[in-house]
Amino acid sequence: MLVALGCAPQNSSTTATDTSTANQTPADCAQGKTLTDGTLTIATDSPAYDPWFKNNDPTNGKGFESAVAYAVADELGFDQSSVKWVKEPFNKSYAPGDKDFDFDINQISITPQRAKVVTFSDGYYTAAQALIALKDSPVSQATSIEDLKKYKLGAQTGTTSLTAIRDDIDPSQEPLVFDDTNVAKQALLNHQVDAIVADLPTAFYITAVQIPQATIVGQFQQQSGEPEQFGMLFQKDNPLVDCVNAALANMKSDGTLDSIEKKWLSETVSVPVLQ
Amino acid sequence: MSSTPDTWRPSDRELERQAVRRSQRRRSILISTTATVLVFGALVLGTVTSPGWPNVKATFFSWDDAQAAFPAIWHAFWRYNVVLFMVGEVLILILAMLVALVRQTKAAALLPLRIIAVVYTDLFRGIPTILLVFMLAFGMPALQLQGVTNSLFFWGLTALVLSYGAYVAEVLRSGIESIHPSQLASADALGLSRFQAMRYVVVPQGVRRVVPPLLNDFISLQKDTALVGAAGLFDALFAARDYANFNFNFTPYVVVALYFIVLTIPLARLTDYLQHRAMERERQGAR
Amino acid sequence: MSSDAPLLEVTDLRKCYGDKVVLHDVGLTVHPHDVICLIGSSGSGKSTLLRCLNLLEDVDDGVIRFEGREISDPRVDRREVRSRMGMVFQAYNLFPHLTVLDNCTLAPRRVHGVPKAEAEQRAHDLLARFGLADQADKHPDRMSGGQQQRAALVRALCTQPTLLLLDEITAALDPELVGEVLTIVRDLAEQGTTMILATHEMGFAREVATTVCFLDEGRILEHGVPAEIFSSPREDRTRQFLARVLG
Repeated sequence: MLVALGCAPQNSSTTATDTSTANQTPADCAQGKTLTDGTLTIATDSPAYDPWFKNNDPTNGKGFESAVAYAVADELGFDQSSVKWVKEPFNKSYAPGDKDFDFDINQISITPQRAKVVTFSDGYYTAAQALIALKDSPVSQATSIEDLKKYKLGAQTGTTSLTAIRDDIDPSQEPLVFDDTNVAKQALLNHQVDAIVADLPTAFYITAVQIPQATIVGQFQQQSGEPEQFGMLFQKDNPLVDCVNAALANMKSDGTLDSIEKKWLSETVSVPVLQ
Repeated sequence: MSSTPDTWRPSDRELERQAVRRSQRRRSILISTTATVLVFGALVLGTVTSPGWPNVKATFFSWDDAQAAFPAIWHAFWRYNVVLFMVGEVLILILAMLVALVRQTKAAALLPLRIIAVVYTDLFRGIPTILLVFMLAFGMPALQLQGVTNSLFFWGLTALVLSYGAYVAEVLRSGIESIHPSQLASADALGLSRFQAMRYVVVPQGVRRVVPPLLNDFISLQKDTALVGAAGLFDALFAARDYANFNFNFTPYVVVALYFIVLTIPLARLTDYLQHRAMERERQGAR
Repeated sequence: MSSDAPLLEVTDLRKCYGDKVVLHDVGLTVHPHDVICLIGSSGSGKSTLLRCLNLLEDVDDGVIRFEGREISDPRVDRREVRSRMGMVFQAYNLFPHLTVLDNCTLAPRRVHGVPKAEAEQRAHDLLARFGLADQADKHPDRMSGGQQQRAALVRALCTQPTLLLLDEITAALDPELVGEVLTIVRDLAEQGTTMILATHEMGFAREVATTVCFLDEGRILEHGVPAEIFSSPREDRTRQFLARVLG
């Protein structure tokens, strides 16, 4: 019995921060570092929401994160047919043990606490928080963070939106916490919550398509520390992250990342900022 | 006749037997202790020497995370879970008793209620509780009926009460029906009305008989209060999940589990004690 | 023979369970202070007869008149009738979750509206009279079978019934406990309590009964004073039964 328990494979401790990567392309770097040779396995949650994906289908390359994922894959030398998508519920993505994906792209914010448990790529998007309320609600008149304190606010569990409510707004009523944005939307329509906080692109999608009766009241950056960035999630110490970071660096310098952002998240410009 | 003092002393044979029994007992104790140590020792050893153990320990048993998450969980536990199961249990018992009594009544005027009671118990034992929480907490306010509250807490509580009420009603009904018909006959013979016979004779005995399953359902309810998380109520489990999601650590779940275990153990012992006492009373006439 | 109006009159009583006819044309007259003993083999219908009298069962034909009015009428309030009769069964009489005292005061308080103090006083008196004074606060499971049956009798008496029905109340008892129960019944008879009892205790019946009825296959085959029935029965079947039972 003890013998059987001892047979779990050891994690290889090769760190890929060889200085020789300086001259390697990301594609060379990625050789042999994926779960399956010749295939890049990417994970995201289900449902895969707009505007990060489209039609709940990561494989179509549409939507910000889908586009970024395929662009990174391309840099790493994987064409569209060599990319495989798997579904990974958020709670499972950071559970201990071996992952069944190369990386997970799912609007996951990089925090130092989380970085102790998993490895993050560099940030590929900087997220602002936005406040959504029904058009005829008094909340839509708010112009500053102070104005928001007296309302019942809501946000998704485990997100920086929730932390933003707790830390930056600090309302007098306990915030409502939801498992996913669908529940948050229903509560808004039922007047069970006055306003919900979500990241800006999601907020646009909600107000444009899902709850046309709602409007974005304003956006705000969190007061404390660095602005939040989304990163791709890897198993701890996975050497592939360096290759991905190199890919991202390329995409940033040659403008690919910017144009993807412009294409899929273009409406983020004219929203008032709440101070 | 004067009583003679008892002058018995054990015979040699008896002393031999006592010695043999003593040594048999010692051997048993030795064997059971060894077996226990071996089995549990092996389990513990197996766990801590497995390669993933340091990782699991950090993820599930991190003292720092436990401390960090503790206040939110404690607060949520008392604010939601405890209130839900204390208030809920009372409401459940009342509802269940009404349903159980209605189901076994023979009064003609109550037939429509009887039908409703049957439909109720079938329907609400069929619908998963978590689904009910979700449907009531978001569906009812969405109907936007006059005078109907929006409150998630109210609907979450209602869902629990409706769901558990159905199960507990069946338990009570089985308790009531298990009372020997001669008890009803005795009550009838004394001139008690049907209602009086139920109130003073059948129901008190019937309920005592099903105290163990009732307490079991209560223990189950305590866990199921966590289902209100589906409605966005920030109970202890949701608080744990929130911390876990944000900090990528599962220790708060272990903390919540411990809370529930600590709650359950005294109730389990209470169940044993009450059942023992109740069954003693039932065994009259068996001599 | 007293010239009071009969307390209970039964005419042409018929009772069936499905196809089986359990009581045929049973007739009985009970005057106040009578002690009627029903004897007969098991299945002869003694228990069924008592249950019909107490309106625990519906009759399939015949008339029962109690205290001058017909109680076999479906419009009669059974509860009210039963509150004026007392019945004790063979076993499992007492309510196990209540003390003996509570058992005895339940009906007086809830059915007859007797105030608690008075009901308890009445109960204590009767319990004391029948040697159960120290059992008042015990639960039935702590008592012997004989004590339980005595308590059951007390409970029936606490409601001050006009008529007492006893259905083989000693049949489930160990032989040495039978005597203490029969003593009470004898006392009650001597005090003039009107009773109908089904019993196997022939010696007791011979001593205490004013009338003995022999039931055979659902009919009252023979009835009369004990001396007649036990010494010189008219019917063969009666003779056979007695020979078997008395040895």
